[in-house]
Amino acid sequence: MDYGTYRGIYTIIVLIVFIGIIWWAYSKQSKKRFDNAANSILDDSDVDKKNSGKEEQQVHRD
Amino acid sequence: MSATSSATPIYNFDIVKKFAFMAVVWGLIGMSAGVLIAAQLVWPELNFDTPWFTYSRLRPLHTNAVIFAFGGCALFATSYYVVQRTCQTRIFSDKLANFTFWGWQAIIVSAVITLPLGITTSKEYAELEWPIDILIAIVWIAYAIVFFGTIVKRTTSHIYVANWFYGGFILTVAVLHIGNSMAIPVSFTKSYSIYAGAVDAMMQWWYGHNAVGFFLTAGFLGMMYYFVPKQAERPVYSYRLSIVHFWSLVSLYIWAGPHHLHYTALPDWTQSLGMVMSVVLFVPSWGGMINGIMTLSGAWHKLRTDPILRFMIVSLSFYGMSTFEGPMMAIKSVNALSHYTDWTVGHVHSGALGWVAMVSIGSLYHLIPKVFGRERMYSIKLINVHFWLATIGVVLYIVAMWITGVMEGMMWRAVNADGTLTYSFIEIVAQKKPYNIMRWMGGLCVVAGMLTMLYNVIRTIKSEKVADEGLATKPVVANA
Repeated sequence: MDYGTYRGIYTIIVLIVFIGIIWWAYSKQSKKRFDNAANSILDDSDVDKKNSGKEEQQVHRD
Repeated sequence: MSATSSATPIYNFDIVKKFAFMAVVWGLIGMSAGVLIAAQLVWPELNFDTPWFTYSRLRPLHTNAVIFAFGGCALFATSYYVVQRTCQTRIFSDKLANFTFWGWQAIIVSAVITLPLGITTSKEYAELEWPIDILIAIVWIAYAIVFFGTIVKRTTSHIYVANWFYGGFILTVAVLHIGNSMAIPVSFTKSYSIYAGAVDAMMQWWYGHNAVGFFLTAGFLGMMYYFVPKQAERPVYSYRLSIVHFWSLVSLYIWAGPHHLHYTALPDWTQSLGMVMSVVLFVPSWGGMINGIMTLSGAWHKLRTDPILRFMIVSLSFYGMSTFEGPMMAIKSVNALSHYTDWTVGHVHSGALGWVAMVSIGSLYHLIPKVFGRERMYSIKLINVHFWLATIGVVLYIVAMWITGVMEGMMWRAVNADGTLTYSFIEIVAQKKPYNIMRWMGGLCVVAGMLTMLYNVIRTIKSEKVADEGLATKPVVANA
């Protein structure tokens, strides 16, 4: 196989993979999982308290 | 407090604190160096007739300090913070993380010493000589082990999109740095690249443009995908788009380098390929920018009260602007006018000061109170002052550079009827003087903003510790 043919085939493979990624990202069955992932960073406020409490005694503001 | 909190891991925020603080310090130093060399363009005697303060030696010091010291520390700080929180596990190795901190600071200090002494490979953005390059490679591999090690031991099933961007950045920068820094040492302070001629130029800009694409873009997009949703308290506009954004960005960026070498000894087809890929790159760039900005849809009112969010959204606007400008400048006929002029310098600064610095500053303002266990930054008003200083500074700077860039491009190419050049070089330099003063003033505004940030950060650290959960989760209000 000459270099030109190889590059042509490679380009088509990359195109198919890319379309596959779009199809996978926008498919119905992935929607719930991705929505959960997007929300996962928002409900971790308990972390701050626990983490800062470990280092030294907390001083509460009056 | 939820029942699951007993399982909450204790994170290593100590390493985040160190990198975050040094990011502010190096930002101030690197940008001040920029202001000094901007002043030298107006008042050349500011090199004090010493070799160490000449523009040619301080310019690489400025670029290395802002990109690798300021940007680098901001990336280390945010990536260590984000990877721990999104993977809900402590960092892979405290010792190795500490090594990356001290190693990175040692690299920066050696740059500060060697560059003014004139010790340089003369490769743009890769000026540091081979012993420092080896240290960079070692620290970077340690960084990769810490980062990917943390991802491997995560307790969550999904790897959040910000980590994909950080991971892509870490992996690619390792490949770029090691590939481009291949050299044969002839002494402790001098080496020669193993590549020769046009191949060396090609390697250099494969490295150079992907340093822009992965160091200055992918890593900071990681920041965007975590800190914009956190600060806006809303999930990212489209998680699906973020996946397509990641894969299209990483697969396209790697091809764009040749646009730095239009009309040079590089083969014509390579130049055209670089041009086409650079234009295509507009699409994922804007997809990501829209994804970040639209995260605020339905919550635009938050911009009125929250200067941290304002930093982030304005940074994304600058990102959109410079990723439109970039593909346009990569078109050969536009590049014929813009290349080697101040237009390029203005473009880089709208990307580096507008996008990279502003998204980092916004993220640091979000992160610093959290890792130091404070309710919020010492003064929200000062953040607002910083925001306006930074915005006015960047706008002054890039407007001045657009004017001088197009002006000098036109003047360089102007020819008389007999084919001789219309203007001598020095005539063009003299013509630029008022705009160079404007550029210097823009830089002064940006540095003044960084000074307020350093003060604000120190006061936050020194303030009484208040990390009540209720207070910490309340939205920020502008009444400090």
